[in-house]
Order: sequence, then C-alpha cells, then structure tokens
Amino acid sequence: MTSGTVTAPQSAPAKPQRAHLSDRARAERNLGFKLVAPALIVMVAVTAYPLISTVVLSLQRADLRFPDANKFIGLSNYGAVLRAPVWWQVVWHTVIITVVSVSIQFVLGMLLALAMHRMIFARGTLRAIALVPYAIVAVVAAYSWNYAWSLTSGWIPKLLGLSSDPLSHPFGSYVAIIVTEVWKNTPFMALLLLAGLALVPDELLEAAKVDGANAWQRFIRITVPLMKPAILVALLFRTLDAFRIFDTIYIFNQGANGTESISMLNYSTLLDRLNLGLGSAVSVLLFVFVGIIAFVFIKGFGAGSGPIGESS
Amino acid sequence: MTLNWYVFPEPSGSFATAAANCSKASNGAYQIKINFLSNSSDQQRISLVRRLAAGDSSIDILAMDVDWTAEFADAKWIRPWTGTNAAAVSKGVLPGPLKTATWNGRLYAAPINSNTQLLWYRKDLVPHPPKTWNQMIDDAIQLAKEGKPHYIEEQGAKYEGLTVWFNSLVNSAGGQILSPTNKILVDHTSETAAKIMKRLADSPAADPALNVAMEGSSETNWEHGIAAFQINYPFVWSAAKADSPSVFKHMGYAPFPSVTPGVAPRVSIGGYNLGVSTHSKHPQLAFQAIRCLVQPANQARDAIKGGLAPVLASIYNQPSFEKAYPFHALIKAQLERYGLRPQTPAYADVTLAIQDTLSPTSSIDPSSVVSTLRGDIKNALSSQALL
Repeated sequence: MTSGTVTAPQSAPAKPQRAHLSDRARAERNLGFKLVAPALIVMVAVTAYPLISTVVLSLQRADLRFPDANKFIGLSNYGAVLRAPVWWQVVWHTVIITVVSVSIQFVLGMLLALAMHRMIFARGTLRAIALVPYAIVAVVAAYSWNYAWSLTSGWIPKLLGLSSDPLSHPFGSYVAIIVTEVWKNTPFMALLLLAGLALVPDELLEAAKVDGANAWQRFIRITVPLMKPAILVALLFRTLDAFRIFDTIYIFNQGANGTESISMLNYSTLLDRLNLGLGSAVSVLLFVFVGIIAFVFIKGFGAGSGPIGESS
Repeated sequence: MTLNWYVFPEPSGSFATAAANCSKASNGAYQIKINFLSNSSDQQRISLVRRLAAGDSSIDILAMDVDWTAEFADAKWIRPWTGTNAAAVSKGVLPGPLKTATWNGRLYAAPINSNTQLLWYRKDLVPHPPKTWNQMIDDAIQLAKEGKPHYIEEQGAKYEGLTVWFNSLVNSAGGQILSPTNKILVDHTSETAAKIMKRLADSPAADPALNVAMEGSSETNWEHGIAAFQINYPFVWSAAKADSPSVFKHMGYAPFPSVTPGVAPRVSIGGYNLGVSTHSKHPQLAFQAIRCLVQPANQARDAIKGGLAPVLASIYNQPSFEKAYPFHALIKAQLERYGLRPQTPAYADVTLAIQDTLSPTSSIDPSSVVSTLRGDIKNALSSQALL
C-alpha cells in the first residue's frame, strides 16, 4: 500500500547511477521490465484508457439525450463548470467535510492507535473489534446512521432532546455527515498510525525518559517525527477518500441543505442528466484536485523526512 | 419469441398475471418476460437509459415514468405509435394520462396506470376537510394551539416529490412552468405557489422532518398519528389500513386543496406509460403485446389487486373497482382536470433547477422565486450548464 508514496523520493537519486550499470545489472533490469510488462499492460488498459477517454469526452458536447448535437467544443465545458456558482459551493462543502472529518479522525485515530499499541492483553481481539465500523459496507453504515439521526425513528434526536430533524437543516446535516464519517473511518486511520508506532524503537523512548523528557515531550519530539511517514500515508489516504465523499451524503439527503459534494455533483451531472461532456469535465477537475492534494502532502510532509526511504 | 418487459417492481403480481395471460393469448407469437427495475423512479431511469443509449437490443418494452416521454422520444430511444396501434391504446383513456404519453403531437407510449395526490385527513380532528391550502394551514395551526396532532405531511425533500408539489400549486393557481414548445412561463403563479410552501414550512403545521420527507416517510409519520393532514398518493390508504388500524379508523379523504378559493385544483399527474424500444428486434410484436397489457381486464386487476389507478375512464364505473377504491370519483375528477409537469427533453435538468430553487422549503424567498426560476430553468433548458 505504501509503495506508491515510497518509491517517488527514491527514484530521483537513482537516475545518475544509470550510466555505470554493469551488463549483468542491465540484463537484470530488462528481465524486470519484462516481468512487470503484463501487469503494466493491464494497468494501462483499465486505468489509462478510461482516464484519457474522460479527458477527451470533457472537450465535447456529449449528451446521451441529444446525440445529434455531439461535437468538439474545446474547453467550453470547463468554462461552464468554473463559471457556475454551484461548482464553488460544492468545492467549499467538500473542503469543510474533508478538513473537519479528517482532523477529528486523526486525533481520535492517534489516541486509538496509542491505546492499541500499549495494550497488554487480548491485543488481537481488541484490534479486531476496533475495526468493525470500517468493515461495515459503507452504504449499510450510512443507512443505519440515517435512521439513528432521523427524528421519528432515531435514538440521537431522542438522546439530545431535539425537537427538529437534524437532517433538515445545514448545520445538523454537516454534524451528522461528519460524525458518520469519523465513526466509519477512524479505525482505518488508527490502523495506519499503529503501523507507524511500531517503527518507534522503545530504546529511544527509554533513553529520553532517562534524560528527563516527560510523556508529552517524548510523544512530540520522538514518536511523531519517527512515525511521520505513517502519518503522511494515513492523512493522505483519508484526505483523498474524504474528498471524494459520496455514499453518506447520498443516503442522508441527496445533497440537500447545502451538503452537496463534488462527487454528488459529478454523479448527478453524469447519471441523472446524462451530460457526459460536462460530467467528464467535473471528473477531470476532481482528479486535478486529488492530484494537487497528493502533491502537497508528499512535497510538504515528505520532503526531508528521512525515514520514508528507510521504512520501505 | 421472447419480449423483455422492463418495469418497476409490481408487488401484487398483477403485472406477472397480465404478462402470462397475454403471452398465452398470443398463441406462441411472443412470450413476455418481466424484468423488474429498482423501486425508485430515478434509479429505473438510470438503468434504462444506460442500456438504451448503448443500443441494447434486449429491451423490448419499457415502463416509463410520465416525465420521461419527451426525453426518450427526442433521444430516439422509443418508437412513435401510429395507425391502429395508436388508436387502440388511446381509446377511452383519460385526457391527462394520454397527454403525458404525447410529445410534439405524436403518441410515444401507451398509458398503463396513472396517479394523483389527494388530501388525507383525520376525521376525529377535522370535522370538515379544508378546501384551500391556506385554510388547511390555518386549521393545523388551530390544532397546534389546542395541543392536538396537527402536522401536514407533505414531501419537501430535495427530490422529484418537491417538483410534484410545486407544479401542483402552480397549475392550481392557473399557471404553468413551461409551454408545450418549451417557452418559460414562470410568472406570479410561481410566487403564489412559493408563498404557500414557505408559509407551511415556517408554521407549526410543518412536520419538523418536512425538508427530508418523501412519500414513504410522510406515510410513516402519518401512521404514527402525529399528523392531521397528509398530501399523498392513494397507496397510503391500504398502507395505513395494514399498519396502523387506530389511525385508519379516523382516516378521511378529500380533493387536493385549491390554491384559489372556489377554483378546482390541477394536480400533477404521476403514473407510467409503456414504450417500445428503438433497438427492439421485434417492435411489431412489442406493440401488440402492449396493446394486450393495457386492456381493461388487466388494468382493472392492476387497480384492484395492486392499487394502481387505471387510465381507462370506463374502469372507474365498475362496481368491484369502486369497492376497492372508495375515493375513485375524486381520482377520476383529478385526472380529468389535471396538472402536468413540464414536458421537455431536458426534464432531468429542469426538475433539478426547480428543486435547487425550492430546497430547503424554509429558506424559500417568494419575492425572488420568479427571477431565480426563470434564470435557472433557462440554464437547464440549454442542458449545457452546471446545475
């Protein structure tokens, strides 16, 4: 799982060495290429082809309902998307949900990981239990939370003594969506962070303890820097996932009350309105956003963090 | 020859009986195979159009929601009905349902069942059902003051039901959203409609779940006994009878409330029409099969067994139907004096624009609704703007 982010910084220093390859090394490398070729071809077929085809579609007026009107229109679809107020609204909605839910997941996930790491008995069982929310099918989880939040059938409004349906106004909807996302994804975050905690040698912590560092100092100065690669991977995965949020919102209220996300807009443009051109433009822009997030994370977090290379 | 019929899941088995009987009567000319789609009309459309756009020849007969006719016809996914076939399936059909199957002056499908919303009320709380929307809201506010169940169950979630509600109000106020040639006709009647929706949303008459209410959840809330009124389709009658006898005992029905006092309402028509796919390999057999499926005997059984409102006027006078459908006269009257949602090939865009403007109902600004709707619907009709 981590290989994608791990190889990137490594490949850069490898380049200058290429000229000095021995015959044997070159032959081995060629064999290596041949061995990965089948996988590469499959990858190209299943990922590159749809990607290119989406980009091509996004440059066309392509609407399943008006087949006679199909034609190449250059960047008009992108213009229509970027000029639409609704686009910037859904970007904003998505950013709010992503930032808030991932931050909470990170804090809770870290606490959960620390607890699981220090657990003395029944480690495996308790870890398995903590993973249950993540193991539940996303749509099923969304439905059960939807019932929990609804005024007539749910336990949450009863518990909080609410008189109005939390899902019928924006604030309540955001709280409900974020709580659901946090519940569902914190275990995954915790699991990735737990892997990072395992990288921290106990001797270092003990040495620091001897030097008089308190628990907080040990955590901030030793544990966190050493598990930076794991934190990077965990935050990156969760941010990318959260940014594409769809199922919870779709089940809760189909994007009503100002909760429409980019993926919801993408879905309605492509599948309800059947406007493949415009919908593809939204897809490409979503892809660009995801690319930017990944780039910022790897550049911002990854640069200068030695253990990334070592950890592989 | 197998004919594939794609249709919403019909739970009573009446469609299956019709398919079997028609297949038998064809003397081996065709065998109708039913393929059930999902429950939600949006999902049915998505499943169908994906196949139709890809030229899938395995669909012969498709059940289309009344809103889809223009879209499917202009995209050339369905074949027009002509000659004796057209005459056979339009004979005796109520005017509203027939209109939904017609686009640009041509018949594109055979109506099989219709639907219209009525006012359901609690006879123990409301001695005389209100005649207008404002009266109904006043009655509910009065009940609220008395501390009695008072909610008005209406569908305010951001989905097709919101468009149905708004369109019924606009049509009842004497207006229209789009002309048959797709000119935008949004005017003061839209403001009148928006005012009513806003008034309900802001009053104690509104169920707190109004902004997430759909047909099913409205009915569930009604069965809990927290409401005095419900605007919904006739399925609620048998549902309440089965699930909540204590509420059903007091359940009354009345015409959909008017917008203007003394002027009968025009309520948005629902229901389904049967079309023949362009890519069908056996179109002539498919036309024949549909002619059989919509025959009076089948429609009567669909109604009595399955609760689907017939489109043939004659069935409304059959004694067995009158017994199963005590409110048959109200339905017939509302299908004769009907409201129509906009007929346009860009319907999916137009309805989205309407829902965007009106959701959530409590945030409606009646004074700006006309200009917002005009702008949004113009964008929607171009089918090239992000909505």
